[in-house]
Amino acid sequence: MRSEPVVQVQALVKRYGTKTAVDGLDLAAQAGVTAVLGPNGAGKTTTVETCEGYRKPDSGTVRVLGLDPVRQSAELRPRIGVMLQSGGVYSGARADEMLRHVARLHAHPLDVDALIERLGLGSCGRTGYRRLSGGQQQRLALAMAVVGRPELVFLDEPTAGLDPQARRATWDLVGDLRADGVSVILTTHHMEEAEQLADDVAIIDGGRVIAQGSPEELCKGGAENTLRFTGRPGLDVASLLKALPADCTAAELTPGSYRVVGNVDPQLLATVTSWCAQHGVMPDRISVERHTLEDVFLELTGKELRS
Amino acid sequence: MTVGTYTPKPGAAPLPRMIGAQAALETRMLLRNGEQLLLTVVIPTLLLVLFSSVDIVDTGKGRAVDFLAPGILALAVMSTAFTGQAIATGFERRYGVLKRLASSPLPRWGLMAAKTASVLVTEILQVILLTVIAFALGWSPHGNPLAVLLLLILGTAAFSGLGLLMAGTLKAEATLAAANLVFLLLLVGGGVIVPLDKFGSAGAHILGLLPISALSDGLRDVLQHGAGMPWGDLGILAGWAVVGLAAAGRFFRWE
Repeated sequence: MRSEPVVQVQALVKRYGTKTAVDGLDLAAQAGVTAVLGPNGAGKTTTVETCEGYRKPDSGTVRVLGLDPVRQSAELRPRIGVMLQSGGVYSGARADEMLRHVARLHAHPLDVDALIERLGLGSCGRTGYRRLSGGQQQRLALAMAVVGRPELVFLDEPTAGLDPQARRATWDLVGDLRADGVSVILTTHHMEEAEQLADDVAIIDGGRVIAQGSPEELCKGGAENTLRFTGRPGLDVASLLKALPADCTAAELTPGSYRVVGNVDPQLLATVTSWCAQHGVMPDRISVERHTLEDVFLELTGKELRS
Repeated sequence: MTVGTYTPKPGAAPLPRMIGAQAALETRMLLRNGEQLLLTVVIPTLLLVLFSSVDIVDTGKGRAVDFLAPGILALAVMSTAFTGQAIATGFERRYGVLKRLASSPLPRWGLMAAKTASVLVTEILQVILLTVIAFALGWSPHGNPLAVLLLLILGTAAFSGLGLLMAGTLKAEATLAAANLVFLLLLVGGGVIVPLDKFGSAGAHILGLLPISALSDGLRDVLQHGAGMPWGDLGILAGWAVVGLAAAGRFFRWE
């Protein structure tokens, strides 16, 4: 299915005064859902806003759906949907009024009533934008991004500050967009969100992409995964090691508590349990600790707090 | 919703529909906003009625309403094209509305055209209302309607340029404060209800160069005194329009 990337960023540099926000960033996003993950100040929003045509690169090239977002903006704008991190709505407008307005700017918009229903905005009724809850404002911004039936949607931290139900509703919608062939670029610092939604994850730090791949690929890389079980003390660890793939290690940490480190996959789990069966061992409390994207993320970007 | 609901089918609506929708929305936002209505409808109406019926300011020979009505029409134009537009646009910029619309299919010039249309619609409503009230107060206007129309249009252009310049360069709160202050100062010192000759001849000459003075003076020349084309005032307004719109075009920041 891989064809032309929907977003192609090459050697992008963007400075604000003396501060370099994006520092030679390369990113190719294919059709599907791409999560741009990074700590605060990593350059996520600047990168996305350059793709949306809001910022002009200081150097480097950006192509979105094959178009230059600044010079070919008129051609590009109808084909993309944009959800800003905040705002974007007249303070005196009602939710349905604003959404209907954005729909009117497009040739073949979605059914506005169905979208309102879908995102649970029906209860907003005649309430003005300023008096909507933060979650309702976020969902309205999301609705405004998709109502024009775009090919590509940019969502800048779409679930920041949402309660679990609203977050779930947003995730479900992203899933449906993906299923219907809409590409999505979303920024987030929720690892869980990236793991759940994305086909592809780009981790940004210091204005550069420092890792990119599917969530599985990223979790596989970096540190090893761990499998633990308990059994009777003094098992023959050397024999277990022989049954395991060459790159694994195994040890009895405390009497009766065993740890296997390596690429923990279903095959490895089967190998360990069948070794236990052969040796008459009941592996109590067997557990696997696979690396989450969060581990990878912290490993790559460090643990110190960002501004 | 079923599978395929979101299948991409992008496209911009036809330009006239986009601009029409935008102008309708902007006008609704304005008419719904209490502070804006105070500025554009309540204050001009009150001033017209109050100063026509109570002899507070010496408006010279003739009926007070004949002097006041042209000045109040000028004030109405300023309240909508300058004060109202500056404040509304300042807050749209602050709340990211301009930013969000910039990535919609509506081009920037289309947004500006819609804003202008919305200002003109509001002004038409104001002129109708104030004219009816002025007639009820015994107003008897003279002059060439074409000259009046030209003055109103050039006045709108001049005030729009200055209003957008303010909205696009200052913070929203600063715009709110400054636009109201300027409104008040020009109301007093712009020949709207107080004749300019009250400020002495030097003062009158300098104040006469303000866009509000040019508009109120030009409208008064035509409507009260039945003059032909007030070229001097039209020239001043055209000058402000060129400077204001060019500066707004050059310095306006969308975010």
